[in-house]
Amino acid sequence: MKHTITMTLNGARRSAEVEPRLSLVDFLRDRLGLTGTHVGCEHGVCGACSVLLDGEPIRACLMFAVQADGHSITTVEGLREDGGALGILQDSFWETHALQCGYCTPGMLIAGQALLSRNPDPSDEEIREAIAGNLCRCTGYVQIVDAIRLAGARMRQMPATPGPETGDD
Amino acid sequence: MTEHSTRRFVSAKRRPKEDGRFITGTGHFVADVTRPNMLHVALVTSPHAAAKIVSIDTRAALAAPGVAEVLTGNELAALANPLANAVDTPGVKCYPLAAGVARYAGEWVAAIVAESRAEAEDAAELVEVEYQPLPHVIDAEEALDPASPPVHGEHGSNVLYRRTFTWGPVAEDFAGQPHQLSFKLRWGRSAPVPVETFGVLAEWNAGTEILDVWASIQMPSYAEQIAAALRMPVNEVRAHYDVDVGGSYGVKRGIKHTVLAGFLARRLRRPVRLIEDRLENMVGGDMHGPDRHFNVAVAFDDDGLIKSMKLRVIEDVGGQTGRAAFQLGKPVSAIVGAYRINSVEYEAIAVSTNKTGQAAVRGFGMSPTNVAIETAVDKVARHRGLSRLEVRRRNFIRADQFPYLIPSGSEYDSGDYHTVLRKAVDLAGLDALLKRRDTARRDGKIAGIGIATCLEPGGGNSAFEPLLNPKNETTTWPESCVVKVDRSGGITATIATSTSGQGHETLAATIIGEELGIDPDTIRVVHSDTLSGLPGNTPVASRMAIMLGGAAAGAARKIRDQAILIGAHNLKRTPEQVRYADGAVTALDDQAQSISLARIALIAHREFHNMPPDLTEPGMQAVHVLQVPKGGALPTADGRVQMYPCYSFAAHIVYAEIDRLTGKVTLSEYSIAHDCGTVINPDIVRGMVIGGAAHGIGAALYEEFAYEPSGQLLSGTFVDYVMPSSHEVPDIKLAEHCTPSPLTSHGQKGVGEGGYLGAPAAVASAINDALSPFDIECLTLPMRASLLSDLLADRPAETES
Repeated sequence: MKHTITMTLNGARRSAEVEPRLSLVDFLRDRLGLTGTHVGCEHGVCGACSVLLDGEPIRACLMFAVQADGHSITTVEGLREDGGALGILQDSFWETHALQCGYCTPGMLIAGQALLSRNPDPSDEEIREAIAGNLCRCTGYVQIVDAIRLAGARMRQMPATPGPETGDD
Repeated sequence: MTEHSTRRFVSAKRRPKEDGRFITGTGHFVADVTRPNMLHVALVTSPHAAAKIVSIDTRAALAAPGVAEVLTGNELAALANPLANAVDTPGVKCYPLAAGVARYAGEWVAAIVAESRAEAEDAAELVEVEYQPLPHVIDAEEALDPASPPVHGEHGSNVLYRRTFTWGPVAEDFAGQPHQLSFKLRWGRSAPVPVETFGVLAEWNAGTEILDVWASIQMPSYAEQIAAALRMPVNEVRAHYDVDVGGSYGVKRGIKHTVLAGFLARRLRRPVRLIEDRLENMVGGDMHGPDRHFNVAVAFDDDGLIKSMKLRVIEDVGGQTGRAAFQLGKPVSAIVGAYRINSVEYEAIAVSTNKTGQAAVRGFGMSPTNVAIETAVDKVARHRGLSRLEVRRRNFIRADQFPYLIPSGSEYDSGDYHTVLRKAVDLAGLDALLKRRDTARRDGKIAGIGIATCLEPGGGNSAFEPLLNPKNETTTWPESCVVKVDRSGGITATIATSTSGQGHETLAATIIGEELGIDPDTIRVVHSDTLSGLPGNTPVASRMAIMLGGAAAGAARKIRDQAILIGAHNLKRTPEQVRYADGAVTALDDQAQSISLARIALIAHREFHNMPPDLTEPGMQAVHVLQVPKGGALPTADGRVQMYPCYSFAAHIVYAEIDRLTGKVTLSEYSIAHDCGTVINPDIVRGMVIGGAAHGIGAALYEEFAYEPSGQLLSGTFVDYVMPSSHEVPDIKLAEHCTPSPLTSHGQKGVGEGGYLGAPAAVASAINDALSPFDIECLTLPMRASLLSDLLADRPAETES
């Protein structure tokens, strides 16, 4: 039996019919073609599949698509500024080279975005805490911490404008 | 070599080209590739460490919804050749699916192919396999016993490889020294475990007769091995190198996966995708790393000068073979580390056990061996009452001794180990760190400082292949680059490998830009496939800065030479009367007489009448295939050979505290000074060094594929197989030194492995320094909290000094 679900995805309303056993990450990737969100462990440890659910980072591998019905989802594809420019955090990841293979990167961006949206001036300890649920096997995390710290500093210098869609609608 | 002072792009901070697609979620990983009518594979695996497969009933699975095929091992083995073995073991026959006998718990026994992965998984549960359990062996030392159950019966023994190399007068050197010490050391089985599992998509096109393969791959001779196993000509296999690889660090080999998917795609005439789930990856993906038992002995004098070393290594390669045994070979390339050790005996043994198969891991076997060497140096220091720094300084090869020939036949190209160690000491603030340690100890804490150095042989030569298998006469491992200038002056480079985070596009563009005086951001770099591309051997063995960098420089210099000929002709000068700089050819006698590369390219493509008469080939393109510097020779009868051309070096210093009750280790104040010659891109190098160290911290303290005696893997999930998070990896500070390699285009050396080669030794040194007041030591990696806690629990607190 299939269920009809409706969600706000990266700011746009989307409806679909899904099997109840379809995970949210498979729904995003296989049904909607949003392949920026990655599958790493499928048991909720690595964080590669992180997306924002109503602004909070969650594991899209541990949630069924039907559970997202009525909620707002932001994926890495939704982190650009209005108009298509890179988001500040995205640009900061590039500036510090906070990645190598790029596989954990979307999840790291989601974790960093969630942190900065509630705490624009995090300490390094707070940054490390915020990304501790996201495994990276390439970087050793140091340049990721650099990137989030840099993005925070840049955001604090910006005039107050709405950030990327985080689902608080 | 261009002079450093004149460089514009090499060594400058520049944003890596690749990052843009990854920060926007537009990477192109294998799971992002889809083909119409694609089928999906799930696997049935053996629950036994060793078992005869009596029968497989596939009827229920075949009748399940969506199922297109169920393939068993016997059926596949009848139609495919065995997978390649590294060493000469014709009696060892491995196939993608167990044929007749399962050799480890988790080995693939049957493959289900269905319209969706979910349907394939559902049907996998309906396959009924009747097993007859067989005796098994899990311990490598037991497997050496001729009476142990044979993993590969036809081979007749569990010993796949055994040879004792003697380089120099070992017996005399041991007899002539006043002191000796020996110890055993254990390196537990771990692996880089990329966040992306292995995946492959294969599609057979009966019209073109080409098997297209998209895979998450880092494997030399990949298409050749697939073709050999599937009994196809190599030019019927087209592996696409434009697939982004979500981390590899050596392990993304995927031969058996690809042979299976390729076979199914040809049989079913539909695209077949096999993406491992995490359990399939951990248990049956054959990507475990070295699993070693060391015996080490050194002979030294009163001053702590080490004259000779004996190293015995048993490598537990598990139940599949592949290239695993070759990992005993690379350590030969730096068998004395950074030290003037006069002679070495190296006994290298590879044994089969009923564990998961191995793949190559970052450093190709050198990281465990470096722990053995560095632990020996620490022990010599303790024995002689000298500081660990002083013993290293006394034994180091000196800067004025390069090039330096080591007993096993490799010549180190360049280095200055004393200066790099001094930079590490300065960066760490070692005096203050020692005071902090001593204060912590007075406060009842268990604190230690780790000091370790490592060589990083780079350049990816194949010399370990003929060294360990005389039937293999491979003496070249080339790398290629094609540079084209289009008629508008745009530059495109083609490289012959996929990339897994090393920044090859940035590397090639930076070096081509440097050579041609063109902004690297405007240079496009694309990845070939195996049919359209030139020879390449993938980013193994810290080779790409050296080999791809050299190939890119070579091709760019050919373009420059061609531009000079065309430019001079059109400026009515001889080639000697012009110079090439900043993307233009200019007359030496009149700066106003200049012609741009774009104009020259248009002439080359469209205006044959303006070409010099001796240039008969239109267009503007250059190919460079680079032989490994100093490569090309077979080993001598006693096993001496120049292995890798370039030798990077690093020194690590780290502070550690151990919680007495739980054994939990906290690392802080981690400093690395390193010398990888000329840095091409500083941010990429920084990431490689720090990331490698993080990986080494995991291997030293946390990560282990642990087996219970029955042969079941105990750590098949990310809950049990613990990888360092941002809490476990400290902030790591770097200092650089540069001794340019005389063998490379810009003085560069390798840098992809050094962090991982140094960190386990440094962490082990810190732990043993912390344990030393208790007169205990830990020589088992990973030094898990439970192990340290048990060691400390056996010691009453009052033994603390």
